[in-house]
Amino acid sequence: MIPELGHFALILGLLLALTQSVLPLVGAQRGNRTLMAVARPAAQGQFVFVALAFGCLAWSFLANDFSVLNVARNSYSRLPEVYRLTATWGSHEGSMLLWVLILAFWSTAVAVFSRHLPEDMVARVLGIMGLVSVGFLAFLLTTSNPFTRLVPAAPDGSDLNPLLQDWGMILHPPMLYMGYVGFAVAFAFAIAALLSGKLDAAWARWSRPWTTVAWAFLTMGIVLGSWWAYRELGWGGWWFWDPTENASFMPWIAGTALIHSLAVTEKRGAFKAWTVLLALLTFSLSLLGTFLVRSGVLSSVHAFATDPARGAFILGFLAVVIGGSLVLYAWRAPKMITGGGFSWFSRESLLLANNVILVAALGAVLLGTLYPLFMDAMGLGKISVGPPYFNAVFVPLMAPALFLMGVGPLVRWKEGSLPDAFTRLKWALAVAVVAALLLPLTVDGFKPWASLGFFLAAWITLAVAAAFRDRLRHGSGSTGQKLRSVPRGFWGMQLAHFGVAVGIAGIAVVANYQSERDVRMDVGSYAELAGYTFTFRGAVEYDGPNYRAARGTVEVSRNGASIVTLHPEKRLYNASGMAMTEASVHPNLFRDIYVAMGEQLDEQGAWSVRLFHKPLINWLWLGAAFMVVGGFLAASDRRYRIALRRSEVPRGLAAQGAAA
Amino acid sequence: MKRWLPLVAFLVLVGFFAKGLFLNPREVPSPLIDRPAPAFALPLVGNDAASFSPADMRGKVWLLNVWAPWCVSCRQEHPVLMQIAQGGRVPIVGLNWKDRDRESAMLLARAGSPYLAVAEDLDGRVGIDYGVTGTPETYVIDREGIVRMKHIGPISPDVWKEKLEPKLKELGA
Repeated sequence: MIPELGHFALILGLLLALTQSVLPLVGAQRGNRTLMAVARPAAQGQFVFVALAFGCLAWSFLANDFSVLNVARNSYSRLPEVYRLTATWGSHEGSMLLWVLILAFWSTAVAVFSRHLPEDMVARVLGIMGLVSVGFLAFLLTTSNPFTRLVPAAPDGSDLNPLLQDWGMILHPPMLYMGYVGFAVAFAFAIAALLSGKLDAAWARWSRPWTTVAWAFLTMGIVLGSWWAYRELGWGGWWFWDPTENASFMPWIAGTALIHSLAVTEKRGAFKAWTVLLALLTFSLSLLGTFLVRSGVLSSVHAFATDPARGAFILGFLAVVIGGSLVLYAWRAPKMITGGGFSWFSRESLLLANNVILVAALGAVLLGTLYPLFMDAMGLGKISVGPPYFNAVFVPLMAPALFLMGVGPLVRWKEGSLPDAFTRLKWALAVAVVAALLLPLTVDGFKPWASLGFFLAAWITLAVAAAFRDRLRHGSGSTGQKLRSVPRGFWGMQLAHFGVAVGIAGIAVVANYQSERDVRMDVGSYAELAGYTFTFRGAVEYDGPNYRAARGTVEVSRNGASIVTLHPEKRLYNASGMAMTEASVHPNLFRDIYVAMGEQLDEQGAWSVRLFHKPLINWLWLGAAFMVVGGFLAASDRRYRIALRRSEVPRGLAAQGAAA
Repeated sequence: MKRWLPLVAFLVLVGFFAKGLFLNPREVPSPLIDRPAPAFALPLVGNDAASFSPADMRGKVWLLNVWAPWCVSCRQEHPVLMQIAQGGRVPIVGLNWKDRDRESAMLLARAGSPYLAVAEDLDGRVGIDYGVTGTPETYVIDREGIVRMKHIGPISPDVWKEKLEPKLKELGA
């Protein structure tokens, strides 16, 4: 009964999404206020019904209703409760339902937080988001119904993929989708602006906080995925340039470019056409990512839906949404008049350089990701493109952008001064060069890539410090007062930039100085790595809730002093028969000690064991955390709220004028 | 004209994707398909005196399953192979690939063997002749000793039902 209720709620959601898109869009075009007013309640209603459907599916999982195909395939009676809940989005159908739920959530957020926006703008934005909803709901109902019954019911489920039984995976998909789907708001704003023809600075200001919040969520989602892979896959890697990772990374790069170009459009009215195109591109890449992952066009561990019908549906949808928006763009682009000019050295020009580089990097990732598909489709053979390509192309492309990141925030709009920027940054430059030359020696010998990383990290950090120094030098009051008067937008930007610096330092060190050993360990034997001694105390078998495991004991010491006892596990999951490596990690701010069990080697209890020493790896997660917090901080700047309130005044005055 | 460029680029991409939907990225075509299975003679696991050669299987449709004791996904497919062996439809010959620690005999004794015989390819040379990229891989070889299909990766019940079984039916096994 409950699953049927969910199915019915989903159908009602589709009908409401149709209402939400058609009526307000028609109303906005005709200036009919009654039709436009439908947008908000329809969006909220759609959210309620999609949430109800999601709740029904979650209930089916929690109640172990194995008469639902989706539950029987992705859950198990002895699966711990929290994973039964998260199994709701562990399957293709469930994760698409989550996608739609989050889109409905964002639509509702727009409906609630848009009191100050012109009515026709709200109607168009919600209408566009409704159209996207219609597509995905239709996709769910026609090709991927999560509520399909299984007759007769299965006695028990075949378990959730053990890889997904981890709390990094509990959060990764919702956060990732919050980001992916959040870009739909910027997309809808851009389309609404194209439709209305009013491509002014106000449009950019409205888009900015939404874009930044979506970007922060996407950052969090990507990093959670990376952190999960690091701990759960048992080989200590954190980024593999896997097509699925790239699918989430490409919208992130485009989103980063969009955030910066929106700043220019809002403040200076420049780059309008470019910003609109980026907004379209960012969400298009989110859709593309969904297509790549869901259709199985590129092989990957994530592609659990290799079904041509589904792929064809998403591709058709993609063609309509992206193709349609690009036609609209080509038609409307000439109407966009670009704002004020700027000199070759100004914040605009530096942000332009940032955008050019980011888009080039994006192109490189896109090419590498799709190249195997191109070759295959043209019958030129099967190839795969791996990390060597991406590292060789991406790192040199990004380095100049990261250098400019230090300069940009210190240069004035319109007309900057190179000598002035040099004066303000010469110490930062000198210290960064010294850091680049000396810091590698403090770790473990000089390596050019590590040196470049140190240089950029130090450079950005010092540039952030210089920006704060400049802020504090002017104005009156105590330092504390001055710091309080610094707007959140500035804090957010600097914090995010600082996060990038921290992340770069982490990547530079871990990529260049990590060490690992694959050793055979007899009970009582020891191995050494990076100054640590690992003593193997054997493995014992035990029963987990839905698996059997061999739990190893490895004592870690340094110079005779005990540091920690680690318990890596090798698990065999009962229902699926899948073997899983559960690494055991001892983290601190400067390094991770990471131990993973390989295979049992003989009857005496010897195991192959993998030992890793990962210096500064946690700076990577820390840096990303700074970026996320920076993003939220910037989006909460009161400027957006004030600006929005101010935009209401003229209308009020106009009303008074009309009354008089 | 410039403003139409994004659309044109996108349409080209859509064309590739549409084509891509009908391709299987995992399937690397083997040059061995429809060619005679490379000959070899290797000692058997657990009995160095006896040897196995593909010629021994003439007149039968059979599976050559490349595996190794250290390979995790081979353990995954082991129960499926056991079921296939019990079904008695097709004999399975194992090629024990690069088993330097010589663990396979022990492992098979413990877990049960789905194999008619297991040939020991210690240095992996036969693997090279067959173009083995990683374990497990399975070859379908017909009565005349011609390779008819190659499956890369573990045999799941679905793979068996949808890929291998129909092929065996076609070959009359």
